[in-house]
Amino acid sequence: MESNIAVTNEKKPTWGGGGVKPFGASYGKMMMWFFIVSDALTFSAFLAAYGLTRFKFIDSWPIADEVFTHVPFVHGEFPMIYVAFMTFVLIASSVTMVLAVDAGHQMNKNKVTVYMLLTIIGGIIFVGSQAWEWNTFINGSYGAVKTTDGKILQFTKQSGVDKDGNAIFKQIALADFVVGDRGNARVQHTKGNGLWFEDEGTISQYSIAQIISSYEGNPDIQIRTELIDLDKKQKTILSREKGAEELAKTRLIVEGANLEVNEYGNTIFADFFFFITGFHGFHVFSGIIFNIIVFFNVIVGTYEKRGHYEMVEKVGLYWHFVDLVWVFVFTFFYLV
Amino acid sequence: MAHAQSHTKRIWNVFWILSAITIVEVILGIYKPDVLHLTSFLGTSPLNWLFIILTLAKAYGITWSFMHMEGEKTWFRRAVVWTAVFLIIYLVTLLLIEGDYLYSTLAPLVRW
Repeated sequence: MESNIAVTNEKKPTWGGGGVKPFGASYGKMMMWFFIVSDALTFSAFLAAYGLTRFKFIDSWPIADEVFTHVPFVHGEFPMIYVAFMTFVLIASSVTMVLAVDAGHQMNKNKVTVYMLLTIIGGIIFVGSQAWEWNTFINGSYGAVKTTDGKILQFTKQSGVDKDGNAIFKQIALADFVVGDRGNARVQHTKGNGLWFEDEGTISQYSIAQIISSYEGNPDIQIRTELIDLDKKQKTILSREKGAEELAKTRLIVEGANLEVNEYGNTIFADFFFFITGFHGFHVFSGIIFNIIVFFNVIVGTYEKRGHYEMVEKVGLYWHFVDLVWVFVFTFFYLV
Repeated sequence: MAHAQSHTKRIWNVFWILSAITIVEVILGIYKPDVLHLTSFLGTSPLNWLFIILTLAKAYGITWSFMHMEGEKTWFRRAVVWTAVFLIIYLVTLLLIEGDYLYSTLAPLVRW
């Protein structure tokens, strides 16, 4: 028996089979790295699935610049700015994390405490920003209609001409051009004004007939389809006649996005957005929890007594990994 | 380890490099110069290739410096990096080829 049982060396910390440290890494650190490998494969599988779906619908995929355009407290359209801020916050919190690890190597408890706190604050700002981003995406900004053959039609108005004399169209909201009365006296059903056990999802304040008549009554409005003009990399604008033809097939008014409909285009785009950024956000959230636990351990002096701050290093690895994943999510959701 | 030297300066350098790359990406993402955006190179636009390369550069900075991969033993580093990189390239290549096939098969059936 003795030959196949590792003998514990009392003097050294136990690493599975005694004082031996394969690769010169401690057990915890090595297992964190191997966990990160498996987690990286999970994330890359999600992103690869996103890539497959995007290639499958390459001629109609939503254009990120037209989807994520808002900045809190400011009106107008500023694509990229807010996610750039989020990326910056996450990189900054990565830096404070690595500074905490560095201070840990010098057994500087006060510095570790401060840097851990800054890291936690950065993480909270990031998760808060993501919540805001989700909220904006779910509420939507313009509204669109969905046709019987499953296509999303958006409404645009000419806003100027480019240097070659081609018209530039800008998307407008339903509220900007729909006029008149909805015509069918339909009201939102609530438990208070009808059958108490019946509930219904939110209905639009406009009716389909109202949108169609507003379109017909306003010659400035032109319809944009999901189809991408691959030469210009822009969505196709339909002529007034063709637009009316498509609009006649309207089945549903879509305002905002959820797992079933998406005013920005393909529903599966919204599904992937929620799934991937949600999974990443959950990682950030759990990272914050780990950081808070370690933060309090630092304060009460657990690692001071232990003689090293390796735990800070291990949660640090996890935290940097979260940053690493975000770098890829940022590229493939917002840039490419 | 108790009295290891501080790497603060180097950490901040990496931070500034990563921030600069992000800023370049954002500027390119906002302005999308036609010459990079509307041309094609190896299957996608040069702009997309630029984004991917800059992303990989950032990933390298985070892994090597922040996660301190450069300080690990050679074969530990390879056990982690080679495994992940090989499997990810493999999966992404297959799925993108498959996605392209789905497009070429299904797109002709969609009437716009």
